[in-house]
Amino acid sequence: MGVGVKVKVWGDYALFSRPEMKVERCSYDVMTPSAARGILEAIYWHPGMRWVIDKIHVVNPIQFTSVRRNEVKSKILASSVLQAYNGSDKPLYISSKADIVQRASLILRDVEYVIEAHFEMTDRANASDNPGKFKDIIMRRLKRGECFHMPYFGCREFPAHFCLCGDEEIRTAYDTVEEKDLGFMLYDMDYSDLNHIEPMFFRAVMKRGILDLTDCEVVR
Amino acid sequence: MGETIKNRYEFVVLFDVENGNPNGDPDAGNMPRIDPESGLGLVTDVCLKRKIRNYVETVKEDAPGYQIYIKEDVPLNRSDRKACESLGIEETDEKKVTEALKKLKRSDPDADVKLRDYMCQNFYDIRTFGAVMTTFVKASLNCGQVRGPVQLGFARSIDPVISQEVTITRVAITTEKDAENKSTEMGRKSIVPYGLYRVEGYVSANLARRVTGFSEEDLELLWEAIINMFELDHSAARGKMSVRELIVFKHSKELGDCPAYKLFDAVEVKKKEDVEYPRKYNDYIVDIHYDTIPESVEVKRMI
Repeated sequence: MGVGVKVKVWGDYALFSRPEMKVERCSYDVMTPSAARGILEAIYWHPGMRWVIDKIHVVNPIQFTSVRRNEVKSKILASSVLQAYNGSDKPLYISSKADIVQRASLILRDVEYVIEAHFEMTDRANASDNPGKFKDIIMRRLKRGECFHMPYFGCREFPAHFCLCGDEEIRTAYDTVEEKDLGFMLYDMDYSDLNHIEPMFFRAVMKRGILDLTDCEVVR
Repeated sequence: MGETIKNRYEFVVLFDVENGNPNGDPDAGNMPRIDPESGLGLVTDVCLKRKIRNYVETVKEDAPGYQIYIKEDVPLNRSDRKACESLGIEETDEKKVTEALKKLKRSDPDADVKLRDYMCQNFYDIRTFGAVMTTFVKASLNCGQVRGPVQLGFARSIDPVISQEVTITRVAITTEKDAENKSTEMGRKSIVPYGLYRVEGYVSANLARRVTGFSEEDLELLWEAIINMFELDHSAARGKMSVRELIVFKHSKELGDCPAYKLFDAVEVKKKEDVEYPRKYNDYIVDIHYDTIPESVEVKRMI
């Protein structure tokens, strides 16, 4: 067990896309461990350490709203690009209408979580690195609100405000709910083989508003 | 390229709309976006980014280093191909390009970084907002996702807005067949009589330094683009839109001096007491509570 921190994060909207609904994006009910890791890495990360998410407290009730936007589908038929390229004199254009799609996203509203996490040292740490040093930097950043870049809830347009969570006891909207089964959720991506990055899933069960990840079974 | 930015910034933009539709909702027949529960109006982040891109494109006219990647009417892959050409790949055939890139990757392990840097140097919007450049990935190059330093949230109105449906007529009939039966056609537009919107944004100096090289000049251009984003964007649908405030918080350090939410909370925008239906900008008061902002953070009202 490494050194642990508790971070409170909140924001107006969030979108933790379900991989099975990626085109018309639809959010999971709660933050995924992978998104939580991303938030912490936005605040502090170093090759010599690895964030491990222990618990996610769902402080606010789960509420959805929907937004439909014009988005770019960034891949275009190679043949049409070829045409545009081979015709050097005649400007061949593709109408942007062909390149734009309207997609709806089902997003979460008014979210607040407390992330409990710890970090473990990796073998890429420098000789001068130690857990105490990292811990000091992390605590300093959390107290001052410093970050590498602004953390976000799933997508960059949904910024996540963050601060150190000093509460001993965290109240959640689901304190009285004994057990809420959220089904299989993305745990994180497995980056161990960079040529084959694989998703890992786990069975998410929220107990009294807490997603406990300390000994969850990961399915590949 | 000038010097990369050295400070973290946060900014708040206030803009208003008079008798227009700032951002239509495709789900509601292009009526102004309204959060159904609170009645507050919304303008999406991508809508504002489009305006900024358009402004830069108009002002810079594709000057070197200020091209725009996500344009109207230009295929994305063509811009990607420009990056390939800079590395001496001039094939036009998709398969040959892929092979050439693979070969390049074997001979030059840093090829993808070079391509990424080339894209960042040439395209203002990639330097600013980032881009997903997975079109290279198929060729085993991973320029991947470039996260830009500038991050925008959704804009939300200060008070609930109402959307008013205006029915209009036109005397020109589209088809011959209709012209025999009627002399006018009815059309509809939805407008917001008045709405003051607020959007918050962030600029990360770290991403600028490590990835995209977003410079001080780029930042000046960004402020200019935000201030003027509606000036070159007038249309029948949008009515009168103007940026009223751009409040910039400049931190003294790259990582910042204090949490962003504290700075945003210090900017208070509210309706004047005696106003029931806000219909003009003067119906609002904008207060900046300087006492809650750390001394090391510089506050600039750009307008």
